[in-house]
Amino acid sequence: MTLDAFLILAAALFAVGLYGALTQQSIVMIMMGLELMVNGVLVAGGAFWYFVAPATADGQLVVLVAVTVMALEMAMGFAATTAIFRARDVDVTDDAEDLKG
Amino acid sequence: MGDAAFWILAVGAVVTGIGVFQMDSMARATFLLLASFLCGAGELLLLGLGYLGMVIVLMMTMEMVVMAVFMVMYMMNPAGLMPMTMVHNQRPATVIAVVTFAGLVAGILLTPWPERKGARPMDSTMQVGEAIMGPQMLLMIVIGVAILATMIASVVLATDRGRYDRYGDRLERRRPDDPIPGGRR
Amino acid sequence: MGEDIGFWAVAGLLAAVGGLAVAAAMLDSVMGAAAMGHARPVAAMLDPVRETARLLVQQRSVVPASDSVLRLIGTGGIVLAAALAALVVPVGMRPVADLDIGVVWFNAMEVLVWAALWLIGWGSNAAFGLVGGYRIIAQGLAYELPHMFALITAALGAGSLRVGDVVAAQSGLWFVVWMPVAFAVYLLSALAMAFWGPLGQPVDEDLAGGAVSELAAVDRLVFLAGRYALLAVTAAFAVPLFLGGGAGPWLPGWLWMLLKTLAVLGVLVWARWRLPTMRMDRFMEAAWVVLIPAILLQALVVGIVVVARG
Repeated sequence: MTLDAFLILAAALFAVGLYGALTQQSIVMIMMGLELMVNGVLVAGGAFWYFVAPATADGQLVVLVAVTVMALEMAMGFAATTAIFRARDVDVTDDAEDLKG
Repeated sequence: MGDAAFWILAVGAVVTGIGVFQMDSMARATFLLLASFLCGAGELLLLGLGYLGMVIVLMMTMEMVVMAVFMVMYMMNPAGLMPMTMVHNQRPATVIAVVTFAGLVAGILLTPWPERKGARPMDSTMQVGEAIMGPQMLLMIVIGVAILATMIASVVLATDRGRYDRYGDRLERRRPDDPIPGGRR
Repeated sequence: MGEDIGFWAVAGLLAAVGGLAVAAAMLDSVMGAAAMGHARPVAAMLDPVRETARLLVQQRSVVPASDSVLRLIGTGGIVLAAALAALVVPVGMRPVADLDIGVVWFNAMEVLVWAALWLIGWGSNAAFGLVGGYRIIAQGLAYELPHMFALITAALGAGSLRVGDVVAAQSGLWFVVWMPVAFAVYLLSALAMAFWGPLGQPVDEDLAGGAVSELAAVDRLVFLAGRYALLAVTAAFAVPLFLGGGAGPWLPGWLWMLLKTLAVLGVLVWARWRLPTMRMDRFMEAAWVVLIPAILLQALVVGIVVVARG
């Protein structure tokens, strides 16, 4: 167990999530990709706490914030999906291109 | 022992993570994602972060069952009985993901990470608890407000009924007319 | 996080959970027979044995195009979650695995049960199965907060998430005496977490068995074993949290633990046969607007007592 190994795991999770978020058409699947990216952040935050600065709780707080971000991201994501599905019967991003700002 | 557990969980987390995007059945995809999270939580347990690890197990299990509900609601083909491709930009996305991973790994290996400062606490749960209830309390306050704002905003976005639907065009009803009973009567 | 866990301790624990699950099934059929007005309700004690034999020889049934992998994971998951939850239940004064976050561990295992039940309902490829799966999610989300706060209130009183410490903190006064609301909320939400009795809608008769409507033969046997084990473990966990664990005069700790567990189990099984089944939207609303404020007030009182005691 080394810091490098943990960070490479985090990078792998992040990259897999990025691939998913970029390729998937369905909004639900895109959110799964985003969650997987945040999963990488969780692992990295825990690893930094353990290997670099265990004397303060900062690494743990990163994990706490990342978990909250995940929950909020999902709540808002599904709320937006519900809104656009109600309005236009859309569940894939390609049908919602006019929303780009 | 610790090393073996790390590698098993690491491979498990990445393989299930890749599997999420290979499945035809969305239920399988959702629960593979849950498996990836459980492996990640296992890594945190290995690092002595018992509380955070179990909170992740708890929250992610709840999140994934909720996600399963939305998946059935919004996807054309949740069971994947008639396989269809629902991807775009596959080649550029693959390149971007691989380049990102390579860049991150290069950065990880080339960066001279600092040596450990200070000793590990006896009780990591106590440490994080004292931090968020003491010097880092502002963080917890912000999280609380953000959660409240999300709750309000997501309900506002998701509902299609406003007060005129509930109380009438002139807001003349004393009791709201809701399709589902419950709430203030 | 943990210390070494002995093989024999785990084997003994699993045997105890299995025994309690069988006891729960027997108690259930006796009380059911009594509630139905049978002449000799005690004779119903052997019904679970007959049912086991019947399920063992029954032919397995699989609906076309069902997701067998997910269904099997769900069925096994219930047994596994019950067994893992039992790891932190003390036999006597100390659990087999006295994790420093035992209370959170227990709650996480209960939540895994929802996922498992949803997987059974989905994997069966049946409409009633999926509806039952949705019911456990709705009910679980509504009762998770009161349940979590009830667990946390006990941990707050002890100042520790370690189950052994929670037991030790009750050496003077049992928590049930000065946190009665938390105990009541725990029992009520335990019914929801174990989808039992009045809160058993996810697998209720009105859906022809709900999430498990398509399970037959060995699959159903495994599910029933897991379900009764879950009920027994949920009942057993009330003892270290609120009833002083293995504390008691004359008898050894493990025997007190067993007696108290059987008493709580008896109350839960009694509730199934003597309380009316409620409509889901009613009891879910009760969770949000009654139980959560009540348990928060209880937690506040306990918090003030803890601070005042110093």
